[in-house]
Amino acid sequence: MKLDPTIRDQVLATVPSLRAFAISLCGNIDRADDLVQETLLRALAHIDSFQPGTNMPAWLFTILRNLFRSEYRKRRREVEDADGRYAETLKSHPEQTGRVEFNEFRVALAKLPSDQREALILVGASGFSYEDAAAICGCAVGTIKSRVNRARTRLADLLAIDGVDDFGPDRATRAVLAGGGRS
Amino acid sequence: MGRPATQRKSEVRLGREVQARIGQQLRAMYDDVVSQGVPQNIADLVRRLSDQDDRVA
Repeated sequence: MKLDPTIRDQVLATVPSLRAFAISLCGNIDRADDLVQETLLRALAHIDSFQPGTNMPAWLFTILRNLFRSEYRKRRREVEDADGRYAETLKSHPEQTGRVEFNEFRVALAKLPSDQREALILVGASGFSYEDAAAICGCAVGTIKSRVNRARTRLADLLAIDGVDDFGPDRATRAVLAGGGRS
Repeated sequence: MGRPATQRKSEVRLGREVQARIGQQLRAMYDDVVSQGVPQNIADLVRRLSDQDDRVA
């Protein structure tokens, strides 16, 4: 039986944001695209477990996240400091946007613990509700809320955003140094 | 309005402006990728898989 074209179109429509989420997890476009392909293979092989009318993006994001997590756990044994590596991959593409401020934002984002970064992206960029984000991450709604809040506070610290000044490297460095002693 | 930038506290309060700025950068970064659309190889993959009689890879 062929796949319902409506379902197929819903899958295709989700691909762009699925890639954006994958890149934010992997920090690397090639790995992210592999992850997206693997996600789609798995999703379409198990499309019967998707209930039409429910949230296709949330379903696909959940599959992708689970795949990433199992792969991440495997890799973690090989290479510690995955977050540090993530930061490095970002630094190696500084020309991608050509804006210093923007690149600093990426580097700061990469310094967040992965569960906070993931929660912030799901809610703040992908536009999922706290409830959907909690379902995707397999945790309580309150946990997502507190991760998002901590992520925002930490980012503001890292970027030393306090209003009018733009944040140059010196400000960012000072923020990193000052950021360690939170109570 | 016009409050001087003398708040040198390392403890940054998350005002509305700061939140908005973080949200804006976050979406800009994300939308950078979203605007690339669906790469051809992925579109082909989805079409191929959805036309198969037996979709189990």
